[in-house]
Amino acid sequence: MEIARKFKSIFSDVPILGWILGIFTAVIIEYYLGYDYISYYLGLPKIPVLFGTLVMLKDPMMIPAVIGYDLIVYVVPIFLIAKLTTFFTNPVAAILEKTPLWLSAIIHLIFFYSVLHMWAGINDYRELVVKLTLISIILTISINVINGYQGEFSCSHPGFMAIGAYISSILTLYFFVSDKTFGAAVLPPAFGPWFFPFALVAGGIAAALGSLLVAIPSFRTRGDYLAIISLAFMFIVKSAVENLNVIGGARGMGGQPDYAPLPIIFIWTMLCIWIVHNFVTSIMGKALNAVRDDEAASESMTVKTRKTKMTAFMFGAFWAGIAGGLFAHVLTYINPGMFSINRLAEILAMVYFGGLNSIVGSIVGAVSINVLGEALRPLELYKWIIIPLILILVMIFRPYGLISFKEINAKRLLRSRHKREQGA
Amino acid sequence: MSALLNVNKMTHYFGGLRAVHNYNLNIEPLQITGLIGPNGAGKTTIFNLITGVYTPTHGSITLENENIKGLETNEIAAMGLGRTFQNIALWRHMNVLDHIRMAHYSQLSYGLIGSFFNTPKCRQQETKVKENSYRLLELFDIKQHADQIVTNLPYGAQRRVEMARAMATNPKILFLDEPTAGMTSDELVQMIKIIRKVHEDFKVAIFLIEHRMKFVMELCQHIQTLVFGELIAEGPPEDIQNNPQVIEAYLGKEDLT
Repeated sequence: MEIARKFKSIFSDVPILGWILGIFTAVIIEYYLGYDYISYYLGLPKIPVLFGTLVMLKDPMMIPAVIGYDLIVYVVPIFLIAKLTTFFTNPVAAILEKTPLWLSAIIHLIFFYSVLHMWAGINDYRELVVKLTLISIILTISINVINGYQGEFSCSHPGFMAIGAYISSILTLYFFVSDKTFGAAVLPPAFGPWFFPFALVAGGIAAALGSLLVAIPSFRTRGDYLAIISLAFMFIVKSAVENLNVIGGARGMGGQPDYAPLPIIFIWTMLCIWIVHNFVTSIMGKALNAVRDDEAASESMTVKTRKTKMTAFMFGAFWAGIAGGLFAHVLTYINPGMFSINRLAEILAMVYFGGLNSIVGSIVGAVSINVLGEALRPLELYKWIIIPLILILVMIFRPYGLISFKEINAKRLLRSRHKREQGA
Repeated sequence: MSALLNVNKMTHYFGGLRAVHNYNLNIEPLQITGLIGPNGAGKTTIFNLITGVYTPTHGSITLENENIKGLETNEIAAMGLGRTFQNIALWRHMNVLDHIRMAHYSQLSYGLIGSFFNTPKCRQQETKVKENSYRLLELFDIKQHADQIVTNLPYGAQRRVEMARAMATNPKILFLDEPTAGMTSDELVQMIKIIRKVHEDFKVAIFLIEHRMKFVMELCQHIQTLVFGELIAEGPPEDIQNNPQVIEAYLGKEDLT
């Protein structure tokens, strides 16, 4: 503990900008030296994709080499550069602090995105993992609105996602792709990427309308009973799609154009975080918490509880629909089996692991479960023993998840960190 | 009729059980009215009927000559009936400041879209609400607890939060359901002061349920006594204190033989 605290105090004066710069250096090192020199001399077959976990689990003899690689490429440069550049990053952060918050946030995000883009660009598999993780972040935040902020136990999220995925896919396929099901493209394919946001939003709106089937029963019941109703909704959507041969039935639907490259997904994710954050910190969004904690008291305090519940479900479902649409256009193939109980387990694991009632928690949950899931892939079946075990441990020590009931404070996060004078 | 709140011949059945029978009430502006009665007399039911939690089977309820019977609780609350609860009903994961902010819900007009995109209108209204909330916190002497989660506060402070929250809805009449339940006599004296202060500062009428005679006699200008859902006596405190029927209901019949 003592060491950890010392470590923390050494790096306490590094602003976010410094960390991004550190990661940037690491990515540059990996990009230019990773394959030709570092992995070559360490005897690794290629650049380790996800910090070498895959290689380590496949061949334990490689463990020292992988650890060496991670130290040389990631750990040492990140911490060293972050610490050494404080003389430069702190004043820059201080200048940015004086600009409006949104400008400073956008500058940080652009910088962060370029680093992420370079890191992901080294390998196709890595890029796919990053894309799916970003989509998972949207999903987790959206279910957190219903299960965390609103406090219902809704199991219908894969259903909402499926509605969004299918509606947006149908729209893009119908308008911009010549295929067997929908015939020739109606509009020139060049318009496709510009039209894509509308297709996504249409999918989201369809999902929001579908969510009314769960929201209206929630006026009269909650807890276990609503969980059963929402589970039923998920299966209804799945069976409905399976039996609709027009859209491929159980065989699924493929051939979606690849309209969802990394930057588009990143923008949607940030938009989702921004809008949900605005909502849950406003009084309108706090009403969700009030209804969750005491419905009768909320009514007496002029809160429209029915409207609030409907808002929570429709808003959550809308973002689930957006996530579904992005998902469909990343994989360019969907089938009803993807939106079933397995997906539900994954989404619930992410939200309860990360933390209820918190956007930061959702991000942490989505990233850790996704990366863990990919990293432990070589273990195959054992993966599904290790991840649930971790979940159980989290539930024992932190019943509301890792980071719960905490909101992002962008101003605090992005401030410069000059060393504070400490009294003796 | 110039009464602020008028309840006329209100009767309510729970299934076959007659909980309230022919209940009448007139509250004038600025009046403090007390409702007393033994346990199970139906006092809280009357509160719930007027505030819209239940809809009465018969009778009429008007607030400033407008019918409020059959409206939803939140609509009635927004029209000017603030209330507190017998068992403190605070939102357990929320901090004190958010409680007060939340109670301004009906006074906001920026709508959902405004809250999604944090529009200037939304920011402006939220700032105003925040200022007003701090003012209320100060008035009820809970400003030092603003960032704390309510469940960590001492009992007396929780009661004050509940009251501040009710005042944030901008009520014309404040309904207090046993405001001194579980309080020590010191806290009781403090509560009397707070209620007096609210009464004077906000110019509201107050309607309260209470068991402690001392409290009721000291505060109220008008007292009603309820037994088994029916009013048995009504009038100024001195009359009630000496009314044989009230004494009988509370202490039992004097055996003279």
